[in-house]
Amino acid sequence: MDELKQVFVQESGEQLDALESLLLELENRPDDETILNSIFRAAHTIKGAAGMVEASGVESFAHVVENVLDRLRNHEIAVTTELAALMLACTDQLRLLVAAEAGTTELPTEEIAARSASLLTRLREYGPGGQVSATSPQTVEPAVQRIPSPQGGHECWHISLRFGPDVLRQGMDPENFLRFLETVGQIRHIETLADTMPAAEEMDPELCYLGFEIALESTADKQAIEDVFAFVRDECRLAILPPNSKVRDYLDLIEGLPEDSLRLGEILVRVGALTAEELAEGLRTQTTPASAEDAVENKPIGEILVAQQVVQPELVAAAVAKQTQVSEKKAHEAKLIRVPADKLDHLINLVGELVIAGAATSLLAHTRRDGELIESSSLLTRLVEEIRDASLQLRTVQIGETFNRFQRLVRDTCKDLGKDVDLVISGGDTELDKSIVEKIGDPLMHLVRNSLDHGIEPSVVREAAGKDPRGTLSLNAYHDAGNIVIEVADDGAGLNRDRILAKAIERGLVEPDVQLSDREVYDLIFAPGLSTAEQVTNLSGRGVGMDVVRRNLQALRGTISVDSQPGKGTRLTLRLPLTLAIIDGFLVVSANRSYVIPLDAVVECIERPVAEHDRNYFNLRGQVLPAVCLRDSFNLPGERPTRESVVVVQYAGQRAGIVVDRLAGELQAVIKPLGALFRHLQGIGGSTILGSGEVALILDISALIKISGQAEQRLLARPEQRSA
Amino acid sequence: MSTLPTAAGQITPAGAKTPAGVETSPAQYLTFLLGGEMFAVGILNIKEIIEYGTVTEIPMVPPFIRGVINLRGAVVPVIDLASRFGGKRSEISRRTCIVIIELTENDERQDVGVVVDAVSEVLEIPASEIEPPPSFGARIRADFIRGMGKVNGKFVIILEVAKVLSVDEIASLATLATPALPEVATGSPVQD
Repeated sequence: MDELKQVFVQESGEQLDALESLLLELENRPDDETILNSIFRAAHTIKGAAGMVEASGVESFAHVVENVLDRLRNHEIAVTTELAALMLACTDQLRLLVAAEAGTTELPTEEIAARSASLLTRLREYGPGGQVSATSPQTVEPAVQRIPSPQGGHECWHISLRFGPDVLRQGMDPENFLRFLETVGQIRHIETLADTMPAAEEMDPELCYLGFEIALESTADKQAIEDVFAFVRDECRLAILPPNSKVRDYLDLIEGLPEDSLRLGEILVRVGALTAEELAEGLRTQTTPASAEDAVENKPIGEILVAQQVVQPELVAAAVAKQTQVSEKKAHEAKLIRVPADKLDHLINLVGELVIAGAATSLLAHTRRDGELIESSSLLTRLVEEIRDASLQLRTVQIGETFNRFQRLVRDTCKDLGKDVDLVISGGDTELDKSIVEKIGDPLMHLVRNSLDHGIEPSVVREAAGKDPRGTLSLNAYHDAGNIVIEVADDGAGLNRDRILAKAIERGLVEPDVQLSDREVYDLIFAPGLSTAEQVTNLSGRGVGMDVVRRNLQALRGTISVDSQPGKGTRLTLRLPLTLAIIDGFLVVSANRSYVIPLDAVVECIERPVAEHDRNYFNLRGQVLPAVCLRDSFNLPGERPTRESVVVVQYAGQRAGIVVDRLAGELQAVIKPLGALFRHLQGIGGSTILGSGEVALILDISALIKISGQAEQRLLARPEQRSA
Repeated sequence: MSTLPTAAGQITPAGAKTPAGVETSPAQYLTFLLGGEMFAVGILNIKEIIEYGTVTEIPMVPPFIRGVINLRGAVVPVIDLASRFGGKRSEISRRTCIVIIELTENDERQDVGVVVDAVSEVLEIPASEIEPPPSFGARIRADFIRGMGKVNGKFVIILEVAKVLSVDEIASLATLATPALPEVATGSPVQD
């Protein structure tokens, strides 16, 4: 697949996403003009882009969709639920067609074609001449900039087009634009200008030297014609004159163009924009500018032009305003730059190296005790920190976009299930690394579907239970201790403890006589092969979902936990690392080995009370603080020193102490993954390189606490189990 | 991979100065000593040889994983070959080296360092001089051996690097070895 097509696939994907969310919004606010216009724009962009890459399947389908949207926009037809549903289906079909174009779909072409055909039939009902009558009269005047022809003469727009030399290099084919132009009207006459073409030996075949003068018969407005050239707008000289423009305008046009005026004039005559007489007169007035206005007015045909002049200044002003708007929009769009992800990754790697090198320099400055050097290196450190934050920001995206995609899923699923569910989204502006966002879409979808399918009861059941018949599903995201937390909560029936347990015993996942806490029972839903749905629906209930979800999350070093209250609902909490590249860390030393604790997790540091040496919990201002001793957990050699420090960490609302030999201060840790070799290693989140060049391990606090707790529980539980 | 590095602090094996084009020949092997025995590894996999330096230990892994080193900003795991073959860990001496080997497994590139007692030289062993491995008696796992090369009338064990340093196998071994903490089921808490 060539580069252009890749860009097309990506961009149309984005446009389709936008289209979909806009359509959903339209359902709620059917009268909103801006939404309608945005929808139309999105569809039009897709069509245009498809034409560019000669994806004719996408283009022709999008064209029909666009026709219907156009009628919608012009209030010829009204927004109905059916139409919205049809449009959503069309969005899906476009997605499929784009995928087919990219070769990334497994569906056979006949199947795709069949779907297209059936949708097209339905679309035609809404198209021009369709049976569905307009429910509201045409209230909005289309922004046409044509002047009604006084004589019903030729209705041709005049388009003067000069492609920039780099057009071909950018993968644009002038011919495609001309072909595309025919979708808005009929080309009556076309003249090709190759005046800029140098002698053969100087010609660069990669440059475009072509220009065109076109007479286009069309009922479209100027904007629509201009949109045809949207992709080369910055690369070409484009002048569009409405039908029956003033002679003056044509003359200005001729003057503005690089080619010889006389020759151009001839071409205009040939194209049919001007009569020979008009031209001659016009050129004559040019030579005597003082009497230009009079000269034009004296012309017999000029009388008509004068009559039109009453209309035209406003028209021109409107056109100018419109042009400015367009260029402003262009400028706004230009503020976004598409950058390949690997370039960003490279940059972030380099910033990582910079952080390490900076740390080494500042270490050196401190050991040398050179005041000036310390000062300059601290300035450097501050700047490096800013660069680090800024470059990490480049890769973060808001999670809202991912959340919003579920609007559609919830809507469709509810329709299928006959349930009534409200999706409440909060914390959509929470930012996290793009690479993580991409990978949590699927797990989240599973969870949302599960909640809709199994969690939330049908309205009748809800009413009987005294609840609001309309269920609520909420998606929430927030930052907590260097992690991002995503919650999927519903106000459904909650997990059925007995049923889960019975199923687990039936499947042999649990021994029948084992006593389990509620939490342990709920955790069973993540076990492979367990589904409590009595009926397997096409949505969920096959017992693979939750298992897969957890494994996907673990691959991202994330966790998932479940919390449920019978009759009240279920809350699934996902915890994910915020970024994969750099963290602020706290350096500790045990048995001469350096370890890094993520600073976000650190609450405070205390000295280990001597009296409580042999126990693994402390009295922290009257509260019990369980503790993990690094020396014990990691089997480190050597004797425990008499003075030890405790780093109090907080994770998921739980506090714990980590006993270390000594504290060595804060640092910026560039996370270096330990690689596939250590992928099963628990308690270690990665590694980092210290200023000294030494490798220090980054502790994974949650895992460390968890495995320590589990290890102890097991140790204590064993004798009991054996006697049972 | 270019020719072997000759920077200070890195040992250049004899014969490594042979001109470019060397690495395209499949019959070149780096030989090294390990517990008194001579081993050989195909030179194509070898990225560089460095002096044994500071190795950061990793807790809760089997003893044949010595730890990780900082290789110019990249963190590279270091395997103790002697221990991997079932013996004791190598004693660190002045001549102990870490041979950095590039592996490709499951389409993923991974550099792994192996500790050897001393590197000796780069040898050319023609295919005709390579015997199939003995079914037993080499005192290392048979699948670790690609063949037995005859050099000056003596045998050197040519290692099957992909097997010896199999990322999948080592990673799964690493899970089993969490001595301080009993095996932690990643699945449900009641699976045992």
